[in-house]
Amino acid sequence: MTFHAKVELSLWLQRTRDDLKMYHKEKSIQIKSSASALYNNLSVLRIAPRNLTYFSVVHANMVNMVSASWDGLNYSHRQLQSKEPNVTTSSSLIMQAAWCVLPYREILVLTSQKGIQMYESDGSIMVYWHALDTPETPTAQAVFARGIAAVRDKYICVGISSGSVLVFDVPSKGSNITLSEVLEEHKESITDMASECSGSLECIADLVSADDSGNLSVWKSGEDFQLLNKIPGFDMSCSSVKLWKGTVVAGYGTGQIRLYEAITGIIHAEINAHARWIYSLDIAPFSGLLLSAAEDSLVRVWHLTVTPETNSVEIVHMYNECVTDTQICGAKFCDGDGYAFAVTGYDLSEIIRYTQA
Amino acid sequence: MSSRTLPLLFINLGGEMLYILDQRLRAQNIPADKAKKVMNDIITTMFNKKFLEELFKPQELYSKKALRTVFDRLAHASIMRLNQASMDKLYDLMTMAFKYQVLLCPRPKDILLVSFNHMDAIKDFVKETPSILSQVDETYKQLIEMYTPLSSGEFQLIRQTLLIFFQDMHIRVSIFLKDKVQNSNGRFVLPTSGPVPHGTQIPGLIRMFSCSGEEVKKLQFRNGGNYTSALREGSFEMFGERVIKLGTNMYSVSRPVETHLSGTSKNSAQQKSVNTTPNPLAKEELNMLARLMGGLEVQKTSSVDNGFRVNLFATDEEEEEALISRPDEFSYDVINIQATKLSGGCTEQARY
Repeated sequence: MTFHAKVELSLWLQRTRDDLKMYHKEKSIQIKSSASALYNNLSVLRIAPRNLTYFSVVHANMVNMVSASWDGLNYSHRQLQSKEPNVTTSSSLIMQAAWCVLPYREILVLTSQKGIQMYESDGSIMVYWHALDTPETPTAQAVFARGIAAVRDKYICVGISSGSVLVFDVPSKGSNITLSEVLEEHKESITDMASECSGSLECIADLVSADDSGNLSVWKSGEDFQLLNKIPGFDMSCSSVKLWKGTVVAGYGTGQIRLYEAITGIIHAEINAHARWIYSLDIAPFSGLLLSAAEDSLVRVWHLTVTPETNSVEIVHMYNECVTDTQICGAKFCDGDGYAFAVTGYDLSEIIRYTQA
Repeated sequence: MSSRTLPLLFINLGGEMLYILDQRLRAQNIPADKAKKVMNDIITTMFNKKFLEELFKPQELYSKKALRTVFDRLAHASIMRLNQASMDKLYDLMTMAFKYQVLLCPRPKDILLVSFNHMDAIKDFVKETPSILSQVDETYKQLIEMYTPLSSGEFQLIRQTLLIFFQDMHIRVSIFLKDKVQNSNGRFVLPTSGPVPHGTQIPGLIRMFSCSGEEVKKLQFRNGGNYTSALREGSFEMFGERVIKLGTNMYSVSRPVETHLSGTSKNSAQQKSVNTTPNPLAKEELNMLARLMGGLEVQKTSSVDNGFRVNLFATDEEEEEALISRPDEFSYDVINIQATKLSGGCTEQARY
């Protein structure tokens, strides 16, 4: 489809009647407790061989996990608590929970004020625990882990409030997970991290990390991770980031989305996307659909086209969904094409789902 | 999460409490001198130097139970008495009001402006009493020193910490329902219209650039709302127009304070207090609380004649009825702390 045709289509879709909307609301999934106001507070894992999708949503010191069968008939719930190494210390709030997909296994990672927990994908067994250096008495600077990404074949990267990024080496099975490297580049708390999700092996950049001042670091993975580029922020927190076909998509507290070429830092596009702080971005890697969600109650769907040969990047707005009276904290596509997406909101005890008409 | 949340929580809740008490004192026609004494006593206690020193130390937020205990003590810092039901209602109103303000803040940093709105009003309450006024001024300086250097991301962390504290609270407040800022299910209305926050652009524009940085394409999209440009930024100094209206006094004698606890949605099961499980961290929390309370001097009622009771309800019967019918899931367990002897270290006996 030519660019102009896409623009026409998007304008038309915006004017259409209700029954011709791009997405329709499906039955929500109830969760055991409400979602907390945390960045990227929804993770989705599609398990095609078993016709199941897992969802996870953080509530304070707990993670609500739901396993939903595709026929919509079976739901099973599990709640995971943050690990409290000893009873006298105060309870540990969880900052984020996300599934990391590696070639031979999927790991559920929980990041909290006390450390990093890793579980088998169904949450049944904890396979690894890494404790953060928490001071005896609280300091002005908060201590926590936040920002989770699976990189290439064997790495899980997790961000820390100090700005460090921990790189864990994960074997294809078992619990012999080791801390392989600590990347010290950021000076502000890590907010989010993303790995290249197009599946293309040609992309040089493997990982992008974002921090509270909006600074982005672009990395190449390996025995020693290599810093490829730094993209400066504008003193505004980047709360959510994605990397697709060598393009960084970054969402900011100002409600802006920016698209950069990862290796060079060249800005491709700037979108005045939301009226409030962006909390979540997601990309459907097969179709190039982009999902953005913010405190302003809006979820927006965009279409991204990246043509590496001509070094051109185009973005078109496709669809809006208003989740009335809700500050959205998580929004993810449920499949690689973007056929369906799910949304969580602060104080809401349900996962709202939408599918294409 | 953020270890800098407690001062903001305390000052804003305290401010709301003063608005409500001020309204009730006038509605009940309490003599002006007594009313003034109550307000002055509470404000003096709130801004006690030792107390604030403890408060401003980096620390995790207290549990709801612990914080309620602090406010119980504060509300009784003078000759005024409140029955349990009135105290419960007062606390409901305070917390829902501040929850509303935190949620509706355009930017996380604006929570500081909301705090200044409360501070400005408190300053106005005590403007004729120089000694208390200087305490309040001192607190302004501490707030400015601690919070103005923080980044937007750090303010968002504070806001997220506050939102966890207020999670699942959906008590319906008459004045909010009437003003249509709260729905009948207890959830706040989040408008998709009005001015965008300072520093944000009105959504609707996509700009695309060439490799050399030139703008090559401009596209508009429908933003689904009705937004206008940002207002000017409020003042973060001791004086100045705050611009944001959140945190200013919404009560007046003609707008009574009511809450509804009955007929809450079927999600009332989720509206439990966070601490229902046996609390192993209670001991540490009690110690923190005891240190904090050490700075809160409670006024002894010099004569029974001087004291009086304030009712948050329209009649005594209503107050009694409210106490009996308050659903279990809304009960605030209060910790009883008796500061026995303060010599060198504090010796406290805690019972709850």
